[in-house]
Amino acid sequence: MFAFVVKRLIQSVFILLGVSFITFALLYLLPADPVRQIAGRSATAETVANIRAQLGLDKPFIVQYARYFGNLVQGDLGRSYLQKTEVSTLIASRLPASLLLMLGAIVCELVLGITMGVVAALRRGTVTDNSLMMASFIGVSAPQFVVGLLMLYVFAVQLRWFPIGGYGTFAHMVLPSITLGILGSGWYSRMMRSSMIDVLRQDFIRTARAKGLGRMRVLMRHALPNAVLPIIAMIGIDVGIFMGGIVVVESVFGWPGIGQLAWQAIQRVDIPIIMGVTLVSACAIVIGNLVADIASLFADPRIKVR
Amino acid sequence: MSMRAKTNSVTSVVTDEHPTVLSVRQLDISVRTEAGILPLVQSLNFDLKRGETLAIAGESGSGKSLTSLAIMGLLPPPAVHVAGGQIIFDDFDLTKLPESKMQRLRGDRIAMIFQEPMTALNPVMRIGDQLTEAIRAHEPMSGRAARIRALEALKAVRLTEPERRLKQFPHELSGGMRQRVVIAMAIALRPDVMIADEPTTALDVTVQREVLDLLRILTTEMGMALILITHDMGVVAEMADRVLIMQKGQLVEEADVRTLFAAPQMPYTRKLLSSVPRMGKGRQSTVDTSMQPLISVRDLQVTYDLRGGILDRVQARVHAVEKINFDIFSGETFAVVGESGCGKSTVARALTGLVPHKGIIKFEGQPILRDRASQLANTRVMQMVFQDPMAALNGRMTVGDLVREPLVIHNIGTPQSRTDRAAELFERVGLGAEVLDRYPHEFSGGQRQRICIARALALNPKLIIADESVSALDVSVQATVLELLQELKAELNMSYLFISHDMAVVENFADRVAVMYLGQIVETGSSAQVFGNPQHQYTRRLIAAAPFPDPDRVFLPREDSEDDLRSPIMAKGQTPKRLKYCSIDEGHLVAI
Repeated sequence: MFAFVVKRLIQSVFILLGVSFITFALLYLLPADPVRQIAGRSATAETVANIRAQLGLDKPFIVQYARYFGNLVQGDLGRSYLQKTEVSTLIASRLPASLLLMLGAIVCELVLGITMGVVAALRRGTVTDNSLMMASFIGVSAPQFVVGLLMLYVFAVQLRWFPIGGYGTFAHMVLPSITLGILGSGWYSRMMRSSMIDVLRQDFIRTARAKGLGRMRVLMRHALPNAVLPIIAMIGIDVGIFMGGIVVVESVFGWPGIGQLAWQAIQRVDIPIIMGVTLVSACAIVIGNLVADIASLFADPRIKVR
Repeated sequence: MSMRAKTNSVTSVVTDEHPTVLSVRQLDISVRTEAGILPLVQSLNFDLKRGETLAIAGESGSGKSLTSLAIMGLLPPPAVHVAGGQIIFDDFDLTKLPESKMQRLRGDRIAMIFQEPMTALNPVMRIGDQLTEAIRAHEPMSGRAARIRALEALKAVRLTEPERRLKQFPHELSGGMRQRVVIAMAIALRPDVMIADEPTTALDVTVQREVLDLLRILTTEMGMALILITHDMGVVAEMADRVLIMQKGQLVEEADVRTLFAAPQMPYTRKLLSSVPRMGKGRQSTVDTSMQPLISVRDLQVTYDLRGGILDRVQARVHAVEKINFDIFSGETFAVVGESGCGKSTVARALTGLVPHKGIIKFEGQPILRDRASQLANTRVMQMVFQDPMAALNGRMTVGDLVREPLVIHNIGTPQSRTDRAAELFERVGLGAEVLDRYPHEFSGGQRQRICIARALALNPKLIIADESVSALDVSVQATVLELLQELKAELNMSYLFISHDMAVVENFADRVAVMYLGQIVETGSSAQVFGNPQHQYTRRLIAAAPFPDPDRVFLPREDSEDDLRSPIMAKGQTPKRLKYCSIDEGHLVAI
C-alpha cells in the first residue's frame, strides 16, 4: 500500500512536468501577445519593448521555460502580469470555493446517477427505464451553460427558491452543483444501469436469494456494493471533466473559484495565472485518481496493489 | 465409505419412518418467447422421501436445473414460469405460495447449492458475514450467537482453520473450499431438503471426491433429503438411492440406482449409460516409437514474474511449467492429464508460441525458432482446438469465413478453392456444406466443436492440440466428437496432443500419457502402463478419485491429501526441485 502510493506520487511528478512543458509551449506559440494586454493600445513601441524585457519575454523559449521551471520547483508560481499579485495567493484564495463546488457536484452526480441507474436496471424494459435513460441522455448531451441558464431562470428567477448567484450559504451551492453534476449523473446512470443488470445476473445473487434473504437486502448488501465498483474508479476521471466544467459553471453563477480566475486570465493572456491554474488542475486530477484508486482498494478486496 | 446410507433407505422407502417430504405433481415449466409459449418441463411427477438421495440426471436442455429452481421458487423471471402442476412441501403448494412465505422456507427448510463455487459467493463480503446473514435471516439472534453457529457449520463441512475462514474473502479460498462454504451455508439451518445442482462439475476430480464424500456424510448425519442434479452418471452411481432420467423436459425413466445401472429400461437411458467413458486398464498402443519424433520437447519451461515494490522488481515467479521433456510420434495421441493449475494448458500455449518460454521444441528434428516467420510457419503444422467452442468462434463471422480464415492468413489458394476446401471440411466433420453461410450461434455445442475441428484441419496440420476440447460437451456428444477425432487421425495421419482432466476419456483415447503435477511430469508411459500399473502416488489418487458408473463399486478409504496447499509460486532465486525419474518398464517413467 505504502509502496503503491509512493510509486504513484513519483509517477505524478513526471505527469506534472509534462503538463507544465506542454502548457508553457502552447502559450508561447499563442498568437496573442501578453505585453500588448499589459501596455494597452496607446503604448509606444519603446514601452512595449521595455515591458517585454522586464518580463523576460524576449528571451528564447527554452530560457523562458527553464526560468519558470526553476521557480516552480521552489514553489514559486510567479506573479500575475495584470493583477501584480502572487499567483499562488490568487489560487489559494479561490481554490476552496472550487473544491466545495466539485464536492457538491460529486455528491449530486453519485446520488442522482446511482439512483437512476439502479431504478432503471430493476425496471428494465419498462416505461420507467426508458424515461430515465432518455433523461440521462439529455443530461449527457446538454451543454452546461444551457443547463445553468435554464436552472437559473426556473429555480432562481421564476420560483425564487435559490439565489441567482454568488457564494456563501448552502442555498448558493445547490444550482451550480447540480449544473456541474448533471453531466456526470447522465454517465453514471448509464454505467450503473448496465453494471447493475450485470451483477443481478451473477450467481452470488441467486445464492443470496436461495439463503432466503429479502429483495431489499439482496439489493443493498449484495448487488449494490458490487455494481458500484466500476463507478468508483470513474470518480477520479471526473475530477478532470469538472476542471473543464467549472470554467463555464463558475462564470454563469458568479462563483468565485479558480474557473472564473482562469476564464479572466485567458481573456487577458495572463500567462502566469493560466499556467498556475493548469498545474493546480493537473494536481487535482492526479490526486483525484489516486484517491479513487485507493477507494477501489477498500471497496474491492480482490484488488491487490503491487 | 463403502457402507452407504442408500442400502437402508432404498429398502425402507415404503415404511412410515421415511415419509415423503416433497412431491412434485404434473409440473409444467414454460418460457414466453417471441414465438409463443414453449414448454421446458412437461408433466413431471416424483416424490422425495426423508433422508434419501434422489438424482435427477440428464444432458443439457433436459430441464433438470429448471426443476430444481422451480422448487426453490427461483425461476428466472419474468419469461420462465411454472405453467401448471403442484410442488407439495409441508402441506403447502410451493407454486402458489406468496414470495414472503417462500422466502421464509428458502434457505431454512429447503436449501440449495450451485455448480460454480467460484462465482456463488459475493466477492466483496467476508465469508463469516455471508454465513451469519443466512442464519440471522431465519432465526433472530445476536451477531455473536450467529457467528458461533457459522463456525459450527464450517466445522461440519470439515473446512480447515474455520476461525480464520470467517474473516476471509471468497477469492482467498480455492474452488473446493468455496464449495464447502456454500454447503456450510446450506446446512447451517439443518434444512429438510437440500438441492445440489451439479455441485462438483466445476471442481477438480480429487476435490470432487472430497465434496461427494462430504455430501454423503452430511445427508446421513442430518437425515436430510438430497436432490442431486447431475449430468455425470459416475456421480449418480456413487451418490443416489433413486434416479430420475430426464430428456428434453420429460421424465424418461425412474428407478432405484442398482436397477437402473443393471437393467436400464428405456433406449435413451441405455444410450446415456453406454456413452459414459469407463476406466479400465488402459489400451495398448500401436505407435512406433523408434522413429524420429514428430515433436520433441526438451527442458520446456514457462515462468511468470510477479513484480512488486516501489521499483517493480521481480519478487516471485510462478513456475507454470518446469523443465519438462516429452516426445510425440507421428500418428500418436499423446495425452497430458492433471488438475487445474498443473500447467497442462501452458504446455499447449508454449508449443504454439502463445506464451514466451525457454527450452527447445523440435518439429521433425528441426528446432522451432522464435522469429515471426518461423512462428507463422509453425501454425501451419500445429493447430489448436479449445474447450469452449462458442468462445473460440467469432460470433460476427459466418462459419464458412471462420474456416476459410486460416487459408487467407497463410495466403493459400484462390477464393474459390478456399470455399471448396471449407465445404469439403464441413462434409468431413459431418455438418454438410450448405451451412457455410450460417453464424456460430445457430449451431449446438457439439456442432460448434466440429466447426472448430474443421478450422483446425484447414491447413492440413501434422499436430492438433486439443485443450479440454470435449470437456464442455454432453456425454453422448462427447462420444461422437471423440469418435470423429479418432477417425480423422487415422485418415489424415495426424498426431494429437490431448489435454484433459478426465482420466476416463484419456484412458480410452490416448496412446501415451503424461501426468502433470505442479508444472512437472510425475509419471509417463503408454496408456496401458499408466492406467494398468500406476506407480506414482498422485496418479493413483487421480484414478481413485474419478467417479465410476457402477453403484456396487466399493470405495477404498481415501488417502488424506496434505499437499493441497502446495503452489507453483516460488520466491525469486528459488527453483522447484527438479524431479528425477526411474524407469519401471520400457517407456514407463515415474518420478521418485
